[in-house]
Amino acid sequence: MAGKKFLYAPAPESRAILDLKSSYGLFIGGEFVDPTDGRTFKTVSPANEEVLAEVTDAGAADVDRAVQAARKAYDKTWSTMPARERGKYLYRIARIIQERARELAVLESLDNGKPIRESRDVDIPLVAAYFFYYAGWADKLQHAGFGPNPQPLGVAGQIIPWNFPLLMLAWKIAPALACGNTVVLKPAETTPLTALLFAEICQQADLPPGVVNIITGAGETGRALVEHPGIDKIAFTGSTEVGKMIARSTAGSKKKVTLELGGKAANIVFDDAPIDQAIEGIVNGIFFNQGHVCCAGSRLLVQESAHDAVIAGLKRRLGTLRVGDPLDKNTDVGAINSAEQLARIKELSAVGEEEGAERWSPPCELPDRGFWFAPTIFTGVSQAHRIAREEIFGPVLSVLTFRTPAEAVEKANNTPYGLSAGVWTDKGSLILWMANQLRAGVVWANTFNRFDPTSPFGGYKESGFGREGGRHGLEAYLATGNRGRDV
Amino acid sequence: MVTTTVSPQVGPRSGAGLDPAEISSSDASLRRFLHGLPGVDQVGAEARVATLSTRSIKTTAKKWAIDLAISMIDLTTLEGQDTPGKVRALCAKAKRPDPADSSVPRVAAICVYPDLVSVAVEELRGSGVKVASVATAFPSGRASMPVKLQDTADAVAAGADEIDMVIDRGAFLSGRYLEVFEEIVAIKAACGAAHLKVILETGELATYDNVRRASWLAMLAGGDFIKTSTGKVAPAATLPVTMIMLEAVRDFRDLTGRQIGVKPAGGIRSSKDAIKNLVVVNETAGDDWLDPDWFRLGASSLLNDLLMQRTKITTGRYSGPDYFTLD
Repeated sequence: MAGKKFLYAPAPESRAILDLKSSYGLFIGGEFVDPTDGRTFKTVSPANEEVLAEVTDAGAADVDRAVQAARKAYDKTWSTMPARERGKYLYRIARIIQERARELAVLESLDNGKPIRESRDVDIPLVAAYFFYYAGWADKLQHAGFGPNPQPLGVAGQIIPWNFPLLMLAWKIAPALACGNTVVLKPAETTPLTALLFAEICQQADLPPGVVNIITGAGETGRALVEHPGIDKIAFTGSTEVGKMIARSTAGSKKKVTLELGGKAANIVFDDAPIDQAIEGIVNGIFFNQGHVCCAGSRLLVQESAHDAVIAGLKRRLGTLRVGDPLDKNTDVGAINSAEQLARIKELSAVGEEEGAERWSPPCELPDRGFWFAPTIFTGVSQAHRIAREEIFGPVLSVLTFRTPAEAVEKANNTPYGLSAGVWTDKGSLILWMANQLRAGVVWANTFNRFDPTSPFGGYKESGFGREGGRHGLEAYLATGNRGRDV
Repeated sequence: MVTTTVSPQVGPRSGAGLDPAEISSSDASLRRFLHGLPGVDQVGAEARVATLSTRSIKTTAKKWAIDLAISMIDLTTLEGQDTPGKVRALCAKAKRPDPADSSVPRVAAICVYPDLVSVAVEELRGSGVKVASVATAFPSGRASMPVKLQDTADAVAAGADEIDMVIDRGAFLSGRYLEVFEEIVAIKAACGAAHLKVILETGELATYDNVRRASWLAMLAGGDFIKTSTGKVAPAATLPVTMIMLEAVRDFRDLTGRQIGVKPAGGIRSSKDAIKNLVVVNETAGDDWLDPDWFRLGASSLLNDLLMQRTKITTGRYSGPDYFTLD
C-alpha cells in the first residue's frame, strides 16, 4: 500500500545549528585534555559513513587520571556540598538540555543513525525529564526509604551503549549525581559525540570540575575503568556477554554493580485486543530505533485465532514505514548503527531462513552508502529457532503463536532474558494476571516502549540486576547499609 | 444492498462472513456484530495520530496537498440567515476559488439546506461542482420518520447530487441499533440516484468504540459516505475520529469489496489541519481514498487559508486576507 500519490518531499533538519569540532580530547577535571598516549579513532555517521570527528581512545593512564579527578571532586566538593546545591546544578543542566535540545537531537541522529523524529520527540525530552526528576530527589534522599541518612558510594564508573547514547548517559549520571557521587563515564565507541557535547553543557552549567568526567574509547578503556581499584561502583548497560565479564571481574571486590543487559521480549497479543493499536504497538516495539532497544518486543506472540488478521494488518502497516535519511523529519526507520551490528543482523536473519521461518520485508529502497537493513518479519517461528532465542538487536521480528494465556506465559518466560514484555487485550483482569506471571522487569499493557523517569527499569535473569529510574534507581547509588554486592 | 459473503481477513473478529441482511435480521444480531468489532484503545489511537501530525509536508508535496485539499472541499453554508444571494456567492467561489488564478481547482461540492438546493443547482449547472444538501431534520435529527423522508425527497427533487443525513444519536446511544439501521436504509431508498452521506455526529457519540460501531452500522445500511459531524456540535471532526473512520472503510472494503467515502466536517480551518487529514488518509486507508470521490472536507473558512498558502508557494510571499474573496 506504499503510497504512490502523496510523495512527501525531502524535509531535512538543518545541521547548521551544530558546532562540531574536528577532534575531541577527554573531559577530565572540568576541561578537555589531550590523552597521555595520544591514540585516536574516528566516529562516522552510519547513514553515509561520513567521518564526523576524531575522538580519543583513552588508555589506562587516562582512566586513572579521570578516576583521580572524580575522587578529588568527591572528597573536596560534591559529597560535602549541601544537597540542595547539588539539586540546583542538576536543574541547571536539565534546563540547558532543553535549551539546546535541537542541537543535541541533530547530533544524536547524525552519530547514531536514529531518525530525527525520535531523537527530537523521544530521546532528548526524556533526557531532560530524567535530570529534572533526579534533581528533585537530591535534597530528599532521607525520605526515599533507604534509612534516615543515606550516603553516596563515592566514584561511579559508568559504561553505556550506543543505542540511546544521551538517554543512557542521563539514566546513569542524573541519579549518581543526585545521590552525591561523582562519575567517570565511557560512552560507546560508535556514539561518543553527544556525551562530549554534554561535557560542554557541564562546563556551561559551572558544574564543579571532576564531578563528571567523560572518557571515550572502546572495550579496553571500559575494562580499565571496571578494573580500576579507585572505583566504588560500576553501572553498565550493554550486552549480556560483557555484563558477565564485568560480574566476574568485580566479584570479591568492594565494587557495587548494576547491570542492564540484553533482552528478547515477548509482545503478547490476545484475540480481543484493540487490533489497530496492537499493530502500532508491535511496530513501535520492534522498529522503534531500528530495533536497537534492549527491551524491544522482538518476539511477537499472537493468539492463533487472531494471527491472520494481525499479520495482514502488520504487513500493510510496514508498507507505510519510511526508511532513509535519519535527518529527514519524515523518516521512521534510520540506519543500523555500525557495520559490525549490520553483519550480526544479516547473519541471524540468514539463520532464520535456514531454520525454515518465512521471511518478509516490505518493498523499500535502501541507500547505497552507510549501514541499512529493511524492516523484516519472520512468520512460522518456533521456540526452538535461534531467531526466537537470541537477541538480534535490529529491525527483525519473530512471530510465534499461542492458544491459551497459560501457553503465552510459558513461551514468554522460556528465555534466559527477562527485561520486558507487552500484553494486548481489552480484558483488565487478564492484564493483571499476565503481569503477575511474566518474569520481566517491565510489563507494558496495551502499549510498548514507553519510558518515564518515575518508573523503575531493569531485568530478571540474564537481563541484569539493579533498577534505574524512579525511587528504586536511587538505591544503586546509595550506601544502604550493605556496601557489598546488592544483587 | 450488498449481499456478498466474504470471509474476513482484517476487521470484525466475530462471524465467518458479512451478510448485512443476516446481521440486521434483529436488534440482537446487529448488536452482536457491532460489539464483536475490535475495540479502540484511546491512548494508542491518539498517540498514532499525534505521530502522524509530525509529518513535515514541504515544497512540492505541500503544493500537491493544497490543490488536492481544495478539490475535496464541500464548501458549506448552514445558517438560519442563509439566502439565495449568499448561496449564489458561494457557488461562484466554488467554481473559481481564486479569481486571479485559473489554475486553482474547483471545490468538490456546495453544501446547503434543502430549500436552497434549487438555487445552487441553477448556479452550478455544467460546472462539475456537485450540490449536497443536508436533510433528515438536520442537525438534531429529532423529527418523525415521514418528516425526514419528505425532507430528503424535497432535496432530491430540487436536484441535489448528494444527501447528508444525520443518524438518530439517541437511538444509537440507547442501543436501538436496528432502528438506526432501518432509518438509514429508508433514507437511502429516498435518495434514489443521489449519494448518501451518513453523519454520525461523533461529538455526541463520545467514545471511539462508538465511532467504530456507528461507522460499520452506516456502511452496512448502505451509506456511500460516512461523515463525522454536523459542525453544530463540539468537538466536531477530530483527527483520531477521522482515523478510526478511515480504518473502518478500509476494513469494510477488505471484507465486501465495496469502497465507502469519508468526510470529516467542522473545525478544519487551516491548511495545516487539512494536510494533517490528508496524511492520515495516506497512511491509514491509502492512495484509493486520496480523491474527491472518496474523501471530502466539510469546511468554509478553510478554503481561503488554502488559497493564501497556495499563493505563498507560487509567489514566495504572503498576501493579506483582503486579496482573497469573502465567501
